[in-house]
Amino acid sequence: MNKKQKKVLMRIVAAAGLMIVLSLVPISIDWLRAALFMVPYLIIGYDILRKAWKGILNRQVFDENFLMAVATVGAILLGEYTEGVAVMLFYQIGELFQSYAVGKSRRNISELMDIRPDYANVETESGDLESLDPDEVEIGTVIVVKPGEKIPIDGVIVEGRTTLNTSALTGESVPREVEAGDEVISGCINMTGLLKIRTTREFGESTVSKILELVENASSRKSKSENFISKFARFYTPAVCYGAVALAVLPPVVRLLVLQTTPQWGEWIFRALTFLVISCPCALVISIPLSFFAGIGGAGNAGVLVKGSNYLEALADTKYVVFDKTGTMTKGVFEVSGIHHNTMPEEKLLEYAALAESYSTHPISKSLRQAYGKPIDKNRVSDVKEISGNGVTAMVDGAAVAAGNDKLMKSLGIAYTDCSHAGTIVHVAVDGVFAGHILIADQMKQNAKVSIAALKEVGIRRTVMLTGDRTEAAEAVAAELGIDEVYSELLPGDKVEKVEALLEKKSAKEKLVFVGDGINDAPVLSRADIGIAMGALGSDAAIEAADVVLMDDDPLKIAKAIKISRKCMRIVYQNIYFAIGVKFLCLLLGAVGIANMWLAIFADVGVMVLAVLNAIRALSVKDL
Amino acid sequence: MNGRGKVGKDMKKTYKIDVDCANCANKMEEAARRTAGVANAVVNFMTLKMSVEFEEGADPKAVMQDVLKNCKKVESDCEIFL
Repeated sequence: MNKKQKKVLMRIVAAAGLMIVLSLVPISIDWLRAALFMVPYLIIGYDILRKAWKGILNRQVFDENFLMAVATVGAILLGEYTEGVAVMLFYQIGELFQSYAVGKSRRNISELMDIRPDYANVETESGDLESLDPDEVEIGTVIVVKPGEKIPIDGVIVEGRTTLNTSALTGESVPREVEAGDEVISGCINMTGLLKIRTTREFGESTVSKILELVENASSRKSKSENFISKFARFYTPAVCYGAVALAVLPPVVRLLVLQTTPQWGEWIFRALTFLVISCPCALVISIPLSFFAGIGGAGNAGVLVKGSNYLEALADTKYVVFDKTGTMTKGVFEVSGIHHNTMPEEKLLEYAALAESYSTHPISKSLRQAYGKPIDKNRVSDVKEISGNGVTAMVDGAAVAAGNDKLMKSLGIAYTDCSHAGTIVHVAVDGVFAGHILIADQMKQNAKVSIAALKEVGIRRTVMLTGDRTEAAEAVAAELGIDEVYSELLPGDKVEKVEALLEKKSAKEKLVFVGDGINDAPVLSRADIGIAMGALGSDAAIEAADVVLMDDDPLKIAKAIKISRKCMRIVYQNIYFAIGVKFLCLLLGAVGIANMWLAIFADVGVMVLAVLNAIRALSVKDL
Repeated sequence: MNGRGKVGKDMKKTYKIDVDCANCANKMEEAARRTAGVANAVVNFMTLKMSVEFEEGADPKAVMQDVLKNCKKVESDCEIFL
């Protein structure tokens, strides 16, 4: 609790104590009783009265302070001293609780996103380290990051190796190993070794700044529900005030003039005051944005950055999920996925192929070397001939090795066995005889299949995959993953068209999500109802174009993001219905004289406390 | 202001604020928007920040004094850290 809150707490305790004592001690002299009750009343309510007065001076009459001041002063004038003090007391308790709860969740969330680096260490000419404001470090400067420190600026490691903790960025707890030559992004925590990093960006352009900017601006994009509540509050408070005036004046006048009975002014004014206490819109006004704030905070902690409450709201209505294949469902890197029809041991075949291709810079030869895994002694290779578009021939350990596609085999007149799998095939022949082939394919992500199943589970109607890949490969992937529809051999422009066609088919209430890796699909990301970019660490274009950013490249997070949004929206609707429902019910009971001041206090403070507690639930997303 | 916000091409600055209730934050936003020299203002109650977009040629320092004055009018218990 801060100073302000402690002061309010002291006032509450003092006023409550005095009120209880006064209501137990029988004082028969009425003016003395009134005077004594004024002490706790003023202790607890002086600031409300002052604010209400200032509000009147500034022509801001219909605010909460005004409602409370009128209701309590009215109660006291009618001789209901205990009620007058109690209303003020409970109102203050409610305000205190709200301010405490909001402050706490504010701190929780900022702790979750505690990735802002405070300084960058730069080596001076004398060899000492100097701590600079990260904003002052220029591109190309070498900074030093000690174990336990955050990497302040994006860059490339020039010296050192270490393990990085990326959990603050990705929500992923598995550490990442990096060494000299690797790119690193700001916000990661250096866990073990000393690093020297050459910065490649300014601090303002670094990942950590982008993310913070995004999170801080997130709740500024207001959702429909929030706008609804602001509008509601704007017409609701004056409406209730006029209603209260009508309730105080009309029935007595009618009784007096039409029914010719006693007007009962006191009774009706008291009902009107009860009405005012019930009417306070605080529960709604605070709980809806708080729910969104907590939802966005919880999502951020899970590595899902949502750029605004409006997107969180839309995400909950997702019915169609459209994916890009490469980089989204597959790793987007080519690896050896199988060796077939081999006449020699797999390792031997791979060794021949890797050695023969050792002079090539083609991605295929890179994956061969990677699969081989051992250092390559280029002295074992001679007479390398690269036949563009076909493959290579070379002498390896004295044997004539040919590695390449079927065209190469045909041109050499070697009989080969074709492959039925999707992917790129490298046939290998040794001394003019076919020795087997190596299949190189884009690897499916580990969670790809589970993530499609998870999407079905959260009620996604249709999953669609768009890809520039060959139809054969695309359909193989779609079938294995259980994706409903697949469109292949698309150019980037075609993807936009496909998404537009899908958008046209669905109703406006059902939302379409496009998930891409942010490379080349910025137009599609912005065209879809919600664009999700994944594996976006370090990719500005993706962060810029997308509405939701998955910090790591786990496709399972798509379903998780939808679940988080659903939970948040459930809480938002619960709060709206609950708060408005209880209020209207109590207003009705108050108008017909059933609800007393105590019920009114519950309708105001009680509902607010419950709504705030409910809103905070949106923060916990671990088990989703 | 503490040098936190940056003046970009569109003259946008962010200020830390202090206010107790969400409705009051909404009112501050309204008040800031009505101030002369302010093109747009957004108050974020959850992060306690007000970002103000100034009209061209406006002097942010002078305008912010007016914004503070107007905010105090609608919510006496608020603060903008200029």
